[in-house]
Amino acid sequence: MKISGKCLPFTVALLGAALLAGCSGGASRGEAGEGGSKRIEILNVSYDPTRELYEEINPKFQARWKAETGEDVTINMSHGGAGKQARAIMDGLDADVATLALAYDIDEIAEKTPALSKGWQTRLPNNSAPYTSTIVFLVRKGNPKGVSDWNDLIKPGVAVITPNPKTSGGARWNFLAAWAFAKGKYGSDTAAQDFVKKLYAHVPVLDSGARGATTTFAERGIGDVLLTWENEAFLARKELGEDKFDIVVPSLSILAEPPVTVLDGNAKRHGTEKVAEAYLRFLYTPEAQDIIGKNYYRPVDPAAQKKFADVFPKVNLVTVDQAFGGWQAAQKRFFSDGGIFDRIFADGRK
Amino acid sequence: MSVSVPFRGDRMVRIALTLAATAFVALFLLLPLIAVFVEALSKGVAVFVAALTEPDALAAIKLTLLVAGISVPLNVIFGICAAWAITKFDFPGKSLLITFIDLPFSVSPVVVGLVYVLLFGAQGWFGPWLIEHGIRIIFAVPGIVMATVFVTFPFIARELIPLMAEQGRDDEEAALSLGAGGLQTFLRVTLPNIRWGLLYGVLLCNARAMGEFGAVSVVSGHLRGLTNTMPLHVEILYNEYNFTAAFAVASLLALLALLTLVLKSTLEWKFDYSHGSVRH
Repeated sequence: MKISGKCLPFTVALLGAALLAGCSGGASRGEAGEGGSKRIEILNVSYDPTRELYEEINPKFQARWKAETGEDVTINMSHGGAGKQARAIMDGLDADVATLALAYDIDEIAEKTPALSKGWQTRLPNNSAPYTSTIVFLVRKGNPKGVSDWNDLIKPGVAVITPNPKTSGGARWNFLAAWAFAKGKYGSDTAAQDFVKKLYAHVPVLDSGARGATTTFAERGIGDVLLTWENEAFLARKELGEDKFDIVVPSLSILAEPPVTVLDGNAKRHGTEKVAEAYLRFLYTPEAQDIIGKNYYRPVDPAAQKKFADVFPKVNLVTVDQAFGGWQAAQKRFFSDGGIFDRIFADGRK
Repeated sequence: MSVSVPFRGDRMVRIALTLAATAFVALFLLLPLIAVFVEALSKGVAVFVAALTEPDALAAIKLTLLVAGISVPLNVIFGICAAWAITKFDFPGKSLLITFIDLPFSVSPVVVGLVYVLLFGAQGWFGPWLIEHGIRIIFAVPGIVMATVFVTFPFIARELIPLMAEQGRDDEEAALSLGAGGLQTFLRVTLPNIRWGLLYGVLLCNARAMGEFGAVSVVSGHLRGLTNTMPLHVEILYNEYNFTAAFAVASLLALLALLTLVLKSTLEWKFDYSHGSVRH
């Protein structure tokens, strides 16, 4: 009997584990909300650099929602490269709102799944972008390689860090900004393609998201120039030392509009449409716009723009619509399978 | 030259080999391990403790324990069943079964994760049905458990098969011929015979279950405080410039690994001892 006695606790643990597994499978947000306990949960699936931004915004919205409705709302966050995050939503990551790096990734969700209806981008002001940003260069202190504009990036001995456009939204903005510069300077698409090809030959590491690229550059000390979001460049300086890095603003860059949307299909299923919508509308309020400016995103509200006017350098900006005929066209031409990025990257590695 | 007579170069070779092995271990294993602890404690014990007791970290620790707590027992049951079937019975397709048990060793964990997305993702084979019935597997705890079970599948079975094969069927046959039932035979004859080997397998399985990154990363969805296991939490902290906290959580994982090693060595010692005594 000694042995079977030893096995008893084990059997009990096993049963317990199986029960736990069963429970965690069944719980859902909708039930929690309707249970009368006035506790709601929403999931915000976002791109890489917004961690600090939403960490600051979420408690403010929670307080506001509590004051207005008496309900406690929990906001869960997930961060990663924008393309990867969109993929996860399509695969069933049950998000209520998507706050991604560019419109194309959200379009894809609307195109391929019932989680989001088409025409989402007209539901909120400013093409559903509550903040904008642009692409700048982060260089090591004193700018030892003397990088002042895009054409300096392809000089011999300059190593450039930018993430993989296949998975990262920021990387796609980087690519398009480089292309727009080259096309303006050298005149033709052929010349632009040649320039961008040379540029990617200077890239030693392709991370999957903007934050990975920043740590590669800043922490691991690889590369001379990091192509990144303006907000990411400011944050890296703030977090890792203003004495370590300088920001270089190129002669031309791109207006990056990271859009936000309620994934109405999912939210309807969860019964969270109202709170999700209020959450995103909150981003346009003066309170949130102020936080947005403080986190180095460019606010869209004129009052906040005025307040942070000194922070952001004046940059000559093109838009995706002007230069590339919108994200659908740009994605298809440059970043789809067998598109220009695939071709120049394959050539560059030969 | 007779085998037992040492030749002159022998000593030199031995010293050189020992030094090389030691240097290798120091450089590739010990140094990184020490670095983890140095970095974790670089801002003092208070920061270290705060990093481990912060809600998201606690949630990650709890989830890791839960996942290990489910997947290890499942693999214990499976491992014993498989090893029992393979070593005590003859049946067609036996070697095929052994090959399949080894599959998780040879498949990249990322592929494992992607396969589960393919099966249970919203656009996967069973995805639409699961959504309709409000069951979440991918990007939730069940998916993480399944991925972990897959990756840790062979550890216990692989440990038990050679042991039980070596022990043969004599003890069981004797028990049965003396009138014991199947369950009684298992509990009072087989289990005591394999208990140290089983524990050893459980330890290895547990270490891997807690440390698994690749497969779990694919199916997790990275929801803070909900679907982040400890290895995923380490990555998130690192990406948030929270290096000290990242290494604090990493050092906890390292501690678990060290504990596993100590237990493993103890077991090895006991195992040899009892193994000898059981057989004679």
